Amino acid sequence: MIRARGLVQIFQTRQGRQKSEVRAVDGVDLDVAEGEVVSFLGPNGAGKTTTLRMLTTLLRPTEGEARVAGYDVATQPVDVRRSIGYVSQSGSTSGEARAGEEILDHGMLYGMSQADARRRGEELFAQLNLDGMWDRKPRSMSGGQRRRLDIAMGLVHEPRLVFLDEPTTGLDPQARANLWEVIAELRSRRGMTVFLTTHYLDEADVLSDRVIIIDHGRIVAADTPDNLKAQVAGDLVVLELADAAKVGAAAQMLERAAGEAPEVDGHTVQARVPRGGKVVPGLMRELTLADIELDTVEVRRPTLDDVFLTLTGRSLREDV
Amino acid sequence: MTHTATPTAASPTPPALPYRRTPGLFWRESFIVFRRQLRMNLRNPAWVIIGLMQPVLYLLLFGPLLKPLAGQIGYENAYTFFVPGLLVQLGLFGALFAGFGLIAEWRDGVIEAERVTPASRTALLVGRLMRDCLQILVQACVLIALGYLMGMETPFRGAVLGVLITLGVGAACAAASNALALTTKSEDVLAPVTNMVMMPVLLLSGIFLPMNISEAWLDTLSKWMPTRHVVDAVRTSFVGDFDGGMLLWGTLWTVGLLALAIWWGTRTFRRENS
Repeated sequence: MIRARGLVQIFQTRQGRQKSEVRAVDGVDLDVAEGEVVSFLGPNGAGKTTTLRMLTTLLRPTEGEARVAGYDVATQPVDVRRSIGYVSQSGSTSGEARAGEEILDHGMLYGMSQADARRRGEELFAQLNLDGMWDRKPRSMSGGQRRRLDIAMGLVHEPRLVFLDEPTTGLDPQARANLWEVIAELRSRRGMTVFLTTHYLDEADVLSDRVIIIDHGRIVAADTPDNLKAQVAGDLVVLELADAAKVGAAAQMLERAAGEAPEVDGHTVQARVPRGGKVVPGLMRELTLADIELDTVEVRRPTLDDVFLTLTGRSLREDV
Repeated sequence: MTHTATPTAASPTPPALPYRRTPGLFWRESFIVFRRQLRMNLRNPAWVIIGLMQPVLYLLLFGPLLKPLAGQIGYENAYTFFVPGLLVQLGLFGALFAGFGLIAEWRDGVIEAERVTPASRTALLVGRLMRDCLQILVQACVLIALGYLMGMETPFRGAVLGVLITLGVGAACAAASNALALTTKSEDVLAPVTNMVMMPVLLLSGIFLPMNISEAWLDTLSKWMPTRHVVDAVRTSFVGDFDGGMLLWGTLWTVGLLALAIWWGTRTFRRENS
């Protein structure tokens, strides 16, 4: 559905008199198959939106090529536009317009008849919990409602592929959970291919079949969330001891289970252990026999943040 | 390091048939944009009232000042001279503000949403210009009707021709203002630039008083201002002089400006980055 090779976007910026080039996207290759839900994950400024704008024909790639829905973004932009839906980060409706009219006009710009656009719009309003909102001004809608209206705008012409740019940014937790359901249904009920950008790890984890991680304009990893987490080599087992004097003995026992030297810090001993949950019961027995008393035990499954940290040496959360 | 992201499943669907655009489609898309713009403007009572009051106030409060001067300028009737000048002024200056509305739309994401549809980029611009032209047309009708009431002596076809030229130059200004708005995306830049353009246009086009009564150097200088020729053309058309070179030159300037502005405007709708 999407196939990009060597996408590059260079922006000219000016700082004072100095002109400089920013390689916002620096050689991106990516493939998305039909029916997949793929998250494009990366910190702010990593090049997510820029890549998305190239794939949706809004921005001409400086270098490289991409085929989206079977068409070339550079030479067949109109065919690409006809085949995709795009829900941008900045919204798509005028605050002073009426929600339903925006849907009608948008559908008609895709070549639909007014009647078709209305029928489809009303259907979408019902599915996206926007009942009774047809004549409302977007300005008077809640953040979650407005975002769902944007999604309805992106779906009115029934595209097979939809791009969602940071769909849940700025929404409260309940509205986010609600939107996740909506996005999951796009695929399960309509068989659509969904490509979404996000800087939320949990979002990428919950929603997607595959995660593509981008940093500094380059793809650093692309796999299923589980495979990516498996790369991190094991769960983090954290032992907090009652008596700091016994950390040495505890560390030795954990090392036997982990196969690597644990990190020791004051009362705590921690190490990455493959299948940590399986090791802990035996470890507990050993510790009890050695008369080492524990305050707490924790087994942490690796998160996508651990993946990002391993790949880039930085945490994604730092700049969120 | 670059990774190739390989999909978990690959089943390419054949692309839909290539898109064939018909000429009718362009006008359909323009009309959709036009209808949307007009609907939103008409819901704003201030826009309607100010738009209608402008020509009335100019004519009622400025016209009487010119009456005693009419003879000196070489006109028997002050309104025959004054109405065409006002007409061009309304057309130009109303349209030069079109870009401000566009920046607000851009901020709401509307422009991006329209650009992601297969609609023609020129249609996105032309639909907006049609709205601006309709505004000018309504104002022109009010102005000319009042002018006739106050004794303007103009052949009807002269007035029609004058309005057509005004619509052309108004559309050119609106397109230029839209292009500038999408390039700068900031009211703080657009406002001073618009002012900078308006000053010389207002002073050197002979909108309120004809340039040929001024000193020779100013008259010569003003000939470099395209809008002077437009004003001259509309004025000659209002006195029913259709044979003179003035009408031809003004029309040529109008067509040239319009073509240039639409080319520029379309280019910004095509290229707009953010």
